[in-house]
Formats: sequence, structure tokens, C-alpha cells
Amino acid sequence: MKLKNKDLLGLENLDKKEVQLILDTAGPFKDLFTRSIKKVPALRGRTVVLLFYEPSTRTKNSFELAAKRLSADTLNVSVSTSSVVKGESLIDTVKTIEAMKADFVIIRHGMAGAAEIVSREIKSSVINAGDGAHEHPTQGLLDLFTIREKKGKIKGLKVTIIGDVLHSRVARSNIWGLKKMGAEVRVCAPATLIPKEIESMGVEVFYDLNKSLKDVDVIYTLRIQLERQKGQLLSSLREYTEFYGITKERLKYAKEDCLVMHPGPMNRGVEISGEVADGNRSVILEQVTNGIAIRMAVLYLLAGNK
Amino acid sequence: MKKILIKNGRVIDPANKTDELLDILIEGNKISSFKKSLPFTAEKVIDAQGKIVVPGLIDMHVHLREPGREDEETIASGTKAALMGGITSVCCMANTNPCIDNVSGVKFILLKAKNEGLVNVFPIGSVTKELLGRELSPMGEMSKAGIVAVSDDGSSIMNAKIMRRALEYAKTFSLPVIIHSEDLNLSQGGVMNEGKVSTVLGLIGIPREAENIMVARDIALAELTGAKIHIAHVSTKESVGLVKEAKKKGIKVTCETCPHYFTLTEKSVGKYNTNMKMKPPLRTQNDIKAIREGLADGTIDCIVSDHAPHLDIEKDTEFNLAAFGVVGLETLLPLIMVELVEKKVLSLSEAIKKVTLNPATILKLKKGRIKVGECADLTIIDSQKELRIDAGFFHSKCKNSPFIGRKLKGFAVTTIVKGRIAMENRTFVSN
Repeated sequence: MKLKNKDLLGLENLDKKEVQLILDTAGPFKDLFTRSIKKVPALRGRTVVLLFYEPSTRTKNSFELAAKRLSADTLNVSVSTSSVVKGESLIDTVKTIEAMKADFVIIRHGMAGAAEIVSREIKSSVINAGDGAHEHPTQGLLDLFTIREKKGKIKGLKVTIIGDVLHSRVARSNIWGLKKMGAEVRVCAPATLIPKEIESMGVEVFYDLNKSLKDVDVIYTLRIQLERQKGQLLSSLREYTEFYGITKERLKYAKEDCLVMHPGPMNRGVEISGEVADGNRSVILEQVTNGIAIRMAVLYLLAGNK
Repeated sequence: MKKILIKNGRVIDPANKTDELLDILIEGNKISSFKKSLPFTAEKVIDAQGKIVVPGLIDMHVHLREPGREDEETIASGTKAALMGGITSVCCMANTNPCIDNVSGVKFILLKAKNEGLVNVFPIGSVTKELLGRELSPMGEMSKAGIVAVSDDGSSIMNAKIMRRALEYAKTFSLPVIIHSEDLNLSQGGVMNEGKVSTVLGLIGIPREAENIMVARDIALAELTGAKIHIAHVSTKESVGLVKEAKKKGIKVTCETCPHYFTLTEKSVGKYNTNMKMKPPLRTQNDIKAIREGLADGTIDCIVSDHAPHLDIEKDTEFNLAAFGVVGLETLLPLIMVELVEKKVLSLSEAIKKVTLNPATILKLKKGRIKVGECADLTIIDSQKELRIDAGFFHSKCKNSPFIGRKLKGFAVTTIVKGRIAMENRTFVSN
């Protein structure tokens, strides 16, 4: 089986079988990491360009390592956000990259739809590494992989996503992915951080954290941007933490064996307490490891499409 | 004097409820008679058999971009697009650069239009200086110089007290105030309608309330001041309802909508199609329904293009960065024909009234009707003419149309401006 498109732009338009294929392919790559030689020659001679318009350490490093473990050549192109408005247009930039004969363009951009625009303009495979508040598909996939690995299944599980859903591409990709795989998804945040008509994506909205955690198998905490307070979305971080912070106390509302997840980077003591982040329900570091395996799987499968 | 005879056309003139096969004789720049079977005494005879002859169309909401953005459009190019669209009169908005907030600006437009314009151009002056919503513009002087209305279109006057004073001041000079209704605080950062689609796409939404609140406020202020207001580009069901109620109460309010608001919804944004980005944004199917009802019951008086040309480089970008606005002069008529007349929302005569008599009445223009002794502005429509809207279709400098890819039917085939055949068989006729 193959992926249908040359690009991976989001989970909204992947079908269930494609998601399963990616998760299944990531398994053997993860096994590779326990060996002393973690590299395979699958993408030898291919060029992967990492085009990052937003600062990101974790996603960029993860993609870069994934590409290198597949023996691809990588090129980092960092563009400062200020040059988005002035200077070279996005389309000109990616056409230049295409002219360098890149096989893959992995793009992170602050504006929704950027990966979509790029994919229309160039023949290289485009992987969306996060576009504004739209999608971050490999994050969604690595989260699905982690849940499936820990719980043995996804179907029928109850998952609560807590935090800044309004601005979160991670939330959107997770919602699409989890719903596709048969999970029940809830979102919980103050109403200022819940986008309009999110129910149309098949989720249930909660404002009360304790209620939202009832019987859940997975607690998924989103990073809260510290500047949200200025945007009149929150009164204070202290109050946010009081009502929405995941603490050991809160865990008792969820199932006893629930997982605690976070896409990182964490604000310890804000959306998640240190105790929970480092506790036995936390799979946060596992998510990081799985991220590389998922990204290898995506690169590998897209390469097979050519 | 040169004579032109238009033979056997179905003449529709909403002003005198005409809808019959008539001949029209033009002498010089005036209509000299229209009746059945006029003798062949003209140098030029246009056979309009099977065609519809209407008063030249008036588009009371157009951005011609001159002065300041001549790369996007000029008075010459914009009026050429109008001509091809069967439009013989345009009203150009004041948000140029510099904006039209003084007499010299008005004179510039009129002079340029006289020298280079291919259709009648009626300038609209700003309500406030520099469109900043702070100080009143010289409405009296601009009125003397030739403006037909005032508007800060493109921006909104957020301060209700200034709006109140502006309405009173405009009333002093009998100028209607055309209002772009947008609460700038509510819409801040927004790039499309707030709802299901904006949530999925991760784009910041503009809630419909940003429009509704301002429509409600300005209707209240119109009641307070007794001024004449005209709500521009109505896009929501609630706006239609508010205007309907206000009209019932006798408040002096009129309004307009655009083809995209009775044709397209937020779903058209699809995968970040920047040609679907405009203000107000495309709404929902419910709004389309209400707007069509408002057109049918007379709540909505006019149909305008809100022609807003933007270059490819301003549209081929990230959705957030793309300019707001779409071109529309050349698709105004066929969309009325396809979406309203063919679908029986409006009769042909009612539809034509919204682009002729109604805008002429609101702006007190001596246009929009077929009358002996008056200026011969006429449009001949072929209701069967089909054309595909693609980049090559446009005569405007810009092609940022949300209707690209569509096949439309019912185009102007001949346009006569002040007694001169300026477009014939969809071909531009030079002076």
C-alpha cells in the first residue's frame, strides 16, 4: 500500500488506512533506535530541505534526525519571520529550493495554509511541520503512535485535550487523527480559547476540567503561550493554572491508568505540574522518541510514492 | 448629428415599467425617441432582435485605485472593464492614495475621467479626513465640486459621536452616507467568516456580529439625525433584517449587496483560496437565502460589484497576508442573470432596477432610465451569451475574481455611453 498524495499536509485528508500504514511503518524504525547503528540507507542520495519560518528546536531536530537516520542529505533554511512581510515571497523561496532539486521540503510556518500553498507550487514532496493554527500532522501521528503503543488500541478510548485549542495546530491534527481512529475526543479550556463551532469536528466542549477528565484514558495538555494574557484571552496564568493546570490531584478524576501527554515545550508549573510531567503516567519523553520514528516513516512512505 | 437606431430589442425600463419590443433612436448624445417600428433613418442601425435593451447599468461601489495604485487599476482601465460589463456609470470610492477628502482630489478624478474615462465616473468623497474617523471632511465643498455621496469605505468610523456628527453634516449638504459596517475591534486580525471553516483551517475569524452591530448602531444614528444612510455590501441575514425593520419605521436607510454575497459561502475558501478573501467575508448558506429574500422583497435596493482589483503578488501569498477584495465589474451582470433572474429570485425588470433606477435615485443621478431628451446610456444584453471566466476574460488590470473557472450566461454585448457605441459585439470601440 502507498500514500495517496505526494505531500503530507494534514490529517484531515488522510484516510484511516493511510494513518494505519504510517503507524505500522514507524514501528520497525523505532526498533532500530535500540541498535548501536541507527541508520538505514533507504533515502540515500535524496535531499531533504528543512524550511523553518518559526523558531523550533524539537520538531526541526526530530525531522533532521529522521532524515539522517534514513541516510538523506539535509539542508537547513531558516527564514526570520520579519522577512515574511517584506522581502522574498513564500512562493519564490520554495521555487528556489525546488530549483536546487530538493526531494522533500519540510515546512514550518506561522500562517495557516502555508504548506498547502507550497505544495501547489512545487513538485517536491511537502511535509507540513506546522502551519499557524491549522495542522501539525506528524505531531498528530506520533501522538497516535504513542497512544496505540501504550494502550494497544485507539478505538473507543476517551481523550481530553486541554488548553489553547484556539491557536493549536496540534489540537486540530490530534482531533482529526483520533476521531478517524475511533476515539472519543473532548476539549477543555476557558471559552476564550475554544474556537467557534469546534463541535463540528466531532468533539465535546468542556469548561470544567474535572468533568472533562471523567473516565478518560488520555490527558493531552497543550502548551499555553505566556503572552495570551495580553491578548485578553486570560486574566492571569495563575488563574489558568488553578482551573486548568494538570496536577497530581486532578489525575484522580481520570482513569487510573490514564496517559499524560504534552507536545512540548512544557511550561512546568503552568499547564502541567513538574510532578505530573515526571510522574509514572507521563509519556512525554516517549513522544519525543516516537516522533523520530514517525517522521522516518512519513519520509520513507512519501519517497516510495515517487 | 449622428443618429443610431436600435431595432427590435426587448426594451426594459423599470422607471416607466416598460417591457416590450421597441426601437430606440439616438441623436447626438441624447435619446430622441423610443417607440414601435421607427423608420430606418439612422446612419447606424443595431439589430437588437432577441436581445434585451436596458438603461446603462450603474455600479455605485467601485474602487478605481487612481490616484495611488495605478499598478492595480486606473480610471482608464477600470472604466474599460465597466464598459465590457455593460456598466455605463461607476461611483468610485474615496480610499485611494491620497484619499479623496478634499476638492482637489475630486477635481483630479473628474478631470482624469473626462480625459481618459470610458464611462461616466461619479466620485464619492470621504466622510472623515484621511479616512481616519476623526475629523469631518469638507463635504460641502466636495459636493459643489461634484461628489455624489460620502463614504469612508474600507474603514469604519468607530467613534459613534463622530459618526453622529458626520451624519448631521452630510444631511446639511443632502449627501447620502455610504457605510462600511465593521466593528474594527471585533474583526481585528480576522481574515474570513468566523465559524466552522475558519476553525478547521486555523484562520482567525471575523464574527458576523462585527457587521451586525455597526448596522444596528448606524440605523439608530440615522434615526437620531434624520440623515440618509446607505449600508454598503450587506453580507449577513441579520443586516437584512435590521434594514427591513428600519425601513418599516421610516428611517432613511437603503442598502446594497454584491454578487458574491448572494452566490458564495465561506466553504468557497476551501484550501486557502485567496480570491475568496474580501470584507465583509463570505458567510453561510443561510445568509445567501436571507440576502436573496431581501433582494426579492425590496429590502436590498442595489447590487454593486465592490470591484477591488489586486495584483497577483498581493493574492499569491499566505492567506493571512493576501489583500482583501475581488474584482467584479465584468461579472456583475452575468451573475445577476444566472443567480437571480434565471433562478427566479427577481424578474428581469426588478433585477435591472437594482443596477439602474435605484442607485440613480439614491444618489440623485440623472441616469438609470430611458427618457426622451436624456443622455443616451444604454446596455444591450444577450441573455444567451455564454462565456467562461478565466484569466483571459478580464479587461481590468487585475484578475482576482472568485468566479474564475465558472461558465456564466447573460452578458452585455453592446454598451452605449452618452450616445457613443463604446463596446459592440463584446469588442471595445476606440474613440
